[in-house]
Amino acid sequence: MLSGKLGHEDLRRLETGPIERKSEGPRSAKSSLPDFLSTVAVDFAGVTKSYGNKVVVDELSFSVASGECFGLLGPNGAGKSTIARMLLGMTCPDAGTITVLGVPVPARARLARRGIGVVPQFDNLDQEFTVRENLLVFGRYFGMSTRQSEAVIPSLLEFARLERKADARVSELSGGMKRCLTMARALINDPQLIVMDEPTTGLDPHARHLIWERLRALLARGKTIILTTHFMEEAERLCDRLCVLERGRNIAEGRPQALIDKHIGCQVMEIYGGDPRELHSLVKPHSQRIEISGETLYCYAPDPDQVRTQLQERAGLRLLLRPANLEDVFLRLTGREMEE
Amino acid sequence: MIEGFAAALPANAWNWVAVWRRNYLAWKKVALVSILGNLADPMIYLFGLGTGLGIMVGHVDGASYIAFLAAGMVAVSAMTASTLETLYSAFARMHSQRTWEAMLYTHVTLGDIVLGELAWAATKAFLAGTAITIVTVTLGYAAWPSVLYGLPIIALTGCVFASLAMIVTALSPSYDYFVFYQTLVLTPMLFLSGAVFPLNQLPETFQKIARCMPLSHSIDLIRPIMLDRPIAGIALHIGVLGLYALLPFFLSMALFRRRLMR
Repeated sequence: MLSGKLGHEDLRRLETGPIERKSEGPRSAKSSLPDFLSTVAVDFAGVTKSYGNKVVVDELSFSVASGECFGLLGPNGAGKSTIARMLLGMTCPDAGTITVLGVPVPARARLARRGIGVVPQFDNLDQEFTVRENLLVFGRYFGMSTRQSEAVIPSLLEFARLERKADARVSELSGGMKRCLTMARALINDPQLIVMDEPTTGLDPHARHLIWERLRALLARGKTIILTTHFMEEAERLCDRLCVLERGRNIAEGRPQALIDKHIGCQVMEIYGGDPRELHSLVKPHSQRIEISGETLYCYAPDPDQVRTQLQERAGLRLLLRPANLEDVFLRLTGREMEE
Repeated sequence: MIEGFAAALPANAWNWVAVWRRNYLAWKKVALVSILGNLADPMIYLFGLGTGLGIMVGHVDGASYIAFLAAGMVAVSAMTASTLETLYSAFARMHSQRTWEAMLYTHVTLGDIVLGELAWAATKAFLAGTAITIVTVTLGYAAWPSVLYGLPIIALTGCVFASLAMIVTALSPSYDYFVFYQTLVLTPMLFLSGAVFPLNQLPETFQKIARCMPLSHSIDLIRPIMLDRPIAGIALHIGVLGLYALLPFFLSMALFRRRLMR
């Protein structure tokens, strides 16, 4: 009931069909989408989880509409992976309710998982199997017969750009190819919802762009995606909405650009190469706010030229003026940097 | 909580087959090496001890020593094969390879995985035990066709030791702990279960301990079958083996749930 059988034929079409979301920047607001897409795919209400005395997820509430890409953004240890596990019913919350695709989780997690595809942070492909065998074996875990799997494998290989590697062993694939295969594997049950835990961590830039492009192709296909990441650029590029997590709490939620506008609202001048404390007093009069991190001074200035003039006579300083980003938002909200 | 534990039980009667087939596919790629590896150890014991000690011992309970030992080695090979599969290979799939994690994203439950792994380990035990049975029959140390009744017992022995090892796998933080189970549990069991010498020459206390050990029940079934003699207390032996297969299975599922679904 949860997995319509339209998907795999359409998957092929998506290769050639127009991809609606071509822009590299943040995508348009949710309000522009038709009503039928705005049903709730995932809902967390007051979810709490602790291990011993350590609260990992703290009164967390958020909901994800069908067809959107929702980001869970936070540093390591913010609770992202625990949230992903709870969503799959692999961890039981201590309090609160979770609904996934209209089904209560963890009570009926197995039914919910029928409509979910998972791309984990660490590859757990079968290294000794070929690409095709990996897909076949994974299909069996969903109760798919060999014939059923074989019917969809060509379109999955095409999606993963692995047509020529069908009979190669996983151990022979590059990191990017493995991640593509993991994505293809997550699609074998034609899920409505795809959970991606740090999908581009550890990949080289080329592979990262390929994954982003494939991910957008899935969104164009109407899939709902939940993405956890500590990677700001990724969140800004891909997510319709996101929630910023700190120690398991939802400290801000909204569209990436809206969050940036709301919490920063101006350009940022990064200054380094001098004593940050001394520079601080120098540029203070012209700044809305200043943050010091290591040897770098982040100066949030409505009029950056004034700051520039102020610093003109100082030798050896390097100035970088850039648009505000989510990292600044995080820094603003938590007073600390998003660390890897 | 009850809901939680239900999630760890097998979802239905057939889901585990997908897990079994995954392991079978992986094994098929290295089948020959694996069979030879599983055969070598018990064969060396059988012929090393059988011929060497056999000269000194002569006959045991009216059978040649090597024929006496053969039944023990069949049971021990089943024990070893399923134990090693469950300890090292299943642990790798759970821990370092994260294969179980991938399975848990699907329709397969934790109980299905444990059951599939158990069935797979029992399959390997069955292959190992059967291979040695074939050798002993061919060399005339076991009675044909009575020996065929031993095959289900070999499979049951495989289930028992997979089930027991599953507890160790569920509890071990790393591979390093397996050796304790092997040296402190399995090796003493080998000597206390009548695999290499008859139990009736042991002190009464040791004989009582032996009565509690699954391997001795397995050997008490396999030996008369292979020597084509009447078996005493079939129901008791099968009952004990059945309990040793079932109880650790459920216990290990509870332990795995605590470990993997925190």
